[in-house]
Amino acid sequence: MENDPIVVMKDKCVGCRLCIKSCPFGAIAMQEKLAVIELTRCTLCGACVPVCKFKAIEMRKKDAPVAGAVADLSAYRDVWIFAEQKDGRIQSITYELLGEGRKLADQLGMSLCAVLLGSGMSDKTAELVQRGADRVYVVDAPELAYFQDEPYAAVLIDLIRRHKPAIMLCGATTIGRSLVSRVAVNVRAGLTADCTGLAIDPETKNLMQTRPAFGGNIMATIITPKHRPQMATVRHKVMKEALVDASRKGETLIEKVAAEVLKSRAQRVKFVPEAETTMNIAEANIIVSGGRGLQAPENFSIVRELAEVLGAGVGSSRAAVDAGWIPYSHQVGQTGKTVCPKIYIACGISGQIQHLAGMSSSDIIVAINKDPDAPIFRVATYGLIGDLFKLVPLLTREFKKALKK
Amino acid sequence: MHIVVCIKQVPDTADVKIDPKTNTLIREGVVSIINPFDMYAIEESIRLKEKLGGKVTAITMGPPQAENALREAISMGVDAGILVSDRAFAGSDTWATSYTLAMALKKIGDYGVIMCGKQASDGDTAQVGPGIAAHLDLPQITYVRKIEEISADHVVGERLLEEGTEVIRAPVPCVLTVVKEINEPRLPSLKGKLAAKKAQITHWKADDLKAEKGNLGLDGSPTKVVKIFTPPARQGGQIFKGEPEEIVPQLVEKLKDAVIAAAS
Repeated sequence: MENDPIVVMKDKCVGCRLCIKSCPFGAIAMQEKLAVIELTRCTLCGACVPVCKFKAIEMRKKDAPVAGAVADLSAYRDVWIFAEQKDGRIQSITYELLGEGRKLADQLGMSLCAVLLGSGMSDKTAELVQRGADRVYVVDAPELAYFQDEPYAAVLIDLIRRHKPAIMLCGATTIGRSLVSRVAVNVRAGLTADCTGLAIDPETKNLMQTRPAFGGNIMATIITPKHRPQMATVRHKVMKEALVDASRKGETLIEKVAAEVLKSRAQRVKFVPEAETTMNIAEANIIVSGGRGLQAPENFSIVRELAEVLGAGVGSSRAAVDAGWIPYSHQVGQTGKTVCPKIYIACGISGQIQHLAGMSSSDIIVAINKDPDAPIFRVATYGLIGDLFKLVPLLTREFKKALKK
Repeated sequence: MHIVVCIKQVPDTADVKIDPKTNTLIREGVVSIINPFDMYAIEESIRLKEKLGGKVTAITMGPPQAENALREAISMGVDAGILVSDRAFAGSDTWATSYTLAMALKKIGDYGVIMCGKQASDGDTAQVGPGIAAHLDLPQITYVRKIEEISADHVVGERLLEEGTEVIRAPVPCVLTVVKEINEPRLPSLKGKLAAKKAQITHWKADDLKAEKGNLGLDGSPTKVVKIFTPPARQGGQIFKGEPEEIVPQLVEKLKDAVIAAAS
C-alpha cells in the first residue's frame, strides 16, 4: 500500500521479530513469517525503524500540505502561560509555568506572557510580572470569577486568534486539561498532555514536549511542526517555580471580549469543598500514603499522624480506597491521581504497577513494608523492611524530635 | 434518550511486566481490555437508560479486533455497537481522534448524553472527551463523580475538582467524562453474554463519515511523535533492616534536610 505512512518491505523482512519487541503499542504482528504493521494501532512513533537490522521498515516522508497547517510560522510569536487562579488566588502551578516559560522564551528571544482570566483580579498582575512575565493579558468579567469550561475556552480562543502566540502552556490540572482540550480543537493546535520535560530544538525552534505514557513505563517526545500555537499541559510539581524579583517590569493589557464569548450553557449550581481538611495531594511537597498493609480503616490514623508532623498530604493505594477506608480523592495511581512530590512515603503499599504509575517520578521515595520482595522497594530511595505498626509511629516520634515540634 | 458511550480498547496494564534487565515493557501475551475508566462510563450509561428509557450505543475507533470491546459492552447491557475503523485513521493524535469520533456522532445524529471515561490508561491524555465536545460545540462536564439529576433536556452532575466538588447543570445534548468513584461496573449477565455473541456490530469506514480527508489520521494530526524511549531506571535504593529503634533514626537523619527543604 504505497499510501500507507509506514511500510514493512516484504523483500527485506526476514521475520526476525525484533520490531515486534520494540513496538510500545503492540501494533506489529507476524503474518506468514513476515512482520505486518497494524495501522489502526500504530502511532508512527518510529521506534521500530532503527531496530530493524535489515532496514525493512520505512516511514513515508510526508511533505504534502497538512490540513490546518500554518503557512508562516514566524507570524506566531511569544510564549504564553495560562495563569490558573482559584478564589482570586494565583495557583502555584502558574509559578511553575512562569519558571519554565521564562527559559523557553529566552531561548527563542521572545516575550513571556501570562493570560489571567477572572473577576476583579487586576491587582494580581504585578505578582505575575515579578515572577517573570513580560506582559500580562487580563480579561476581567464577572462570568470569569471561577472556572467555567465554555467562556474560559472561548476567551482563550479569541485571544489566541488575536495575538498568535507560538507556544501556550497550561497546568495539567483538572481545570487545565478540561480547558485546553477545547481550545486546541478550535484553533487547530497540537496539544500534548501532562508534559514532564520541555525544550527548544536548536535547529527548528520547535518545542520538544516529553511526556510519560503507559503509566510512565515509556517516554515520548512530541512536536507540533506545522501548527501554531504549540500547546502543552505541564505536570504539577515537576518544573521549578519562578522566584519573585520585585524589580522586574512588565506591562498589563486589559483585553475586552464580546458578551457572546462569555456565555455558558453549563452552569455551576454550587461548590462543595472537600470535607476532609487535609491538603490537596497534587499540591503537596510531601505525601504519606497508606495501603492494604494498614489492615483496617482506623489504622489510617498512624499515617495521618506522620503526615501531620511532616506537613504532608495523605495518599492511599487503590486497595485502601476500594475497601472504603479513605475517599477516592486520596487515591494515587493509574485510576487515581498522578503525584510528583519531593518526598513520597509509602506505608504498607506493595507497589503494583498501577500505583507506581502515579508516584514513581517523586524525588525521594520511602517504602515501609514487611515483605522484602514487594515491588515498591525497586523504586524506593530508602526502604524499611518490617512491621509498619511499629515503624510508622516511631518515625512520627523521631521526626517530631528532629523537627523540634 | 439515546446515550452514546465512547470507549477504547487498551493493553491491560495489570498484565504488563517490566523486564528487569532491560527496563522495557514486556508486551508479549498482553491482552486487550476496555479502558478501565470507560467501564464506569458504560455502567453509568446503562444506569441512565434504566432510569430514563431509550438506548445505549457504544462506539469505538480502533483496529478490527476492537469489536471485542464493543461485544463486552453489549454483554453488560449496551444495546448496540459501532466500530469506526479504517487505515485512513492511522497515526491519529487526540485532535484527529476526537474529530473522527465527532463525525461518527454526527452520523448517529440523535445522541443525548455522550459519555466517556475521564482518560485512557495507555495515553493518559484526557483530551478526547472535551475534544469531542469542542468539535460538536457541546457543553461538557468533566471528571463527573455522580449524576444527581437527569431528564430529557438537562443533566446535573458533580465534578470532582482538586479541592472539592462542583455541581454543574448542563443542557442535553452534552459530553460527560466520568471518574472511577461514580459507580461499580456490573458483571455481564448470561443473557447479556448471549446477546453479545449474536449482536451485529456496525462497521463504519472513513467514507461513511462524510469527514474531510485532511482531518483524518496522520494528515489531520498536528502533533507528531519524534522519539520513544524508556525512562532511566530508578537506582535500587538503600534498604534498612534491623530493629526499628535502630533503623528509624537512621532514616530520619537521611530525610531530615529534605523534609525541611520541602516545608519551606
